[in-house]
Amino acid sequence: MTNLAIAADGLRKSYGDKVVLDGVDLAVPEGTVFALLGPNGAGKTTTVQILSTLVPADGGTVSVAGHDLARDPDGVRGAIGVTGQYSAVDKLLTGEENLRLMADLHHLPRREGRHRAAALLDRFDLADAARKPAGTYSGGMRRRLDLAMTLVGDPRVIFLDEPTTGLDPRSRRAMWRIVRELVADGVTIFLTTQYLEEADGLADRIALLDHGRLIAEGTADELKRLIPGGHVRLTFADAGLLDAAHRIVGAGAPDPDTLTLRVPGDGVRAIRDLLVALDAHAIDVAALTVHTPDLDDVFLTLTAPQKESVR
Amino acid sequence: MTALTLAARDSSTMVRRQLKRLLRYPSMTVQLVVTPVIVLILFVYVLGGTLGAGLGGGRAAYVDYVVPGILLMAVATAATGTAVMVASDMSEGIVARFRTMRISRGSVLTGHVVGSVVQQLLGMAVVIGVALAIGFRPNAAPLEWLAAAGMLTLFVVAVTWLSVALGMKSPTPEAASNAPMPLILLPFLGSGFVPTDSMPTALRWFAEYQPFTPVMETVRGLLLGTPIGHDAAIAVAWCVGIGAVSYLWARRTFDRA
Repeated sequence: MTNLAIAADGLRKSYGDKVVLDGVDLAVPEGTVFALLGPNGAGKTTTVQILSTLVPADGGTVSVAGHDLARDPDGVRGAIGVTGQYSAVDKLLTGEENLRLMADLHHLPRREGRHRAAALLDRFDLADAARKPAGTYSGGMRRRLDLAMTLVGDPRVIFLDEPTTGLDPRSRRAMWRIVRELVADGVTIFLTTQYLEEADGLADRIALLDHGRLIAEGTADELKRLIPGGHVRLTFADAGLLDAAHRIVGAGAPDPDTLTLRVPGDGVRAIRDLLVALDAHAIDVAALTVHTPDLDDVFLTLTAPQKESVR
Repeated sequence: MTALTLAARDSSTMVRRQLKRLLRYPSMTVQLVVTPVIVLILFVYVLGGTLGAGLGGGRAAYVDYVVPGILLMAVATAATGTAVMVASDMSEGIVARFRTMRISRGSVLTGHVVGSVVQQLLGMAVVIGVALAIGFRPNAAPLEWLAAAGMLTLFVVAVTWLSVALGMKSPTPEAASNAPMPLILLPFLGSGFVPTDSMPTALRWFAEYQPFTPVMETVRGLLLGTPIGHDAAIAVAWCVGIGAVSYLWARRTFDRA
């Protein structure tokens, strides 16, 4: 039995005559990570704003954690936590005060609020900075505090709007580890990102949003299967060798500027045959890289035609 | 928990937040206290001799006359600060977070209003203290002091709700600093610094019917024993009206944004 943490049907939103969401359907089972992936301006943030009760939808029905968004927004608010794209911390208050503020707003008893704030400061590696104003925190620290504040109320559904945008690699990894821990506790996570690697690594299901419509949805593997396989990239010492290799292989796209030849296919057998053929003609390959399809390919393949249709 | 106790609890949390913020960012409070004190000193020592002579007294008579005007000017100056504070708070992510939480909707605004009112009442106490030090000699009984404090508090609450609404309507903190500007002129275009009798007809008409004048006349009457007449009732009506309309306007803006 799978209960849906988030179910949206025909979600629509326009600002003036600009259509931001044009009939989006979402189904996120409890205890899973769902990634909404899309370029800037695709409508990711608007989707999160609607699902988290910040902005009303123009059309469509939504239920979050079993509460109807339009009829019972407070029910939804009681079940969710939101960490937005712009850090939602009070910069004049200290890290500890920010967490205690959340505890008070969740009506936790004083002792428990203090206890929970301390535990979260420890868990998010903020204990040393607990008594400094949040305005003095680094980007990574502020984002961790932001997420810690979201967790004070023990939400069952968490929205993370581009949680790692602008973070350095180490902070990004720390954020990913935290997300994985949360999922292990049974929390449902709705994540938006423009990093394919992030969706690939974290999400159970991924939806691609482009121009307000979902253009593909599935697991990372399912999405990767949507596009042709990978390719092998061969680099040669000079243009003569590149030309010769291109004639022998009889396929692929040569690039004279980088002296590389892109040959479709990424299987072991295909690569061996390729190398044997080149070897038979005594053509030296300076370098070889194998490129398996990733979500970048999926994304570029699926979004490209749509972009060209826009004048 | 009933809706009312919930609202009270969330509001008191937000008031604590706001008071902490004011302590962390004292430059605004200092400016709001220092500005009226400087104006008081300028008016008393630079202009007070001449203006006091016009009132049929001297500098000492003018100190007594001008204090209610300075107090209202302090409120108008503080309105700017409140509007800026609200506008910058609204542009921060923290308020978006509050909106996604199951808390009493009005508590964010209540926090701002109570914080500002406390800040302004403290500021007024300082202004009155300085005024007493340079010769302000009210003849009010304790009950009259209390009534004057009540009148000023009501006025502060009304103007603060107005500045909260103006702050929320402003797209940027910079725009918010301009919105309440006209309020600073109202003590001048009323009975704050000179009696309205000496003004040209049109200006005098405006000065007598604008909301600041009955408030200043009431405070003056309570502290110094000048006649109050209908001014107290008119002042209370203005304050309740401005406060109620501004409150509804602010709440509506907050719920919609």
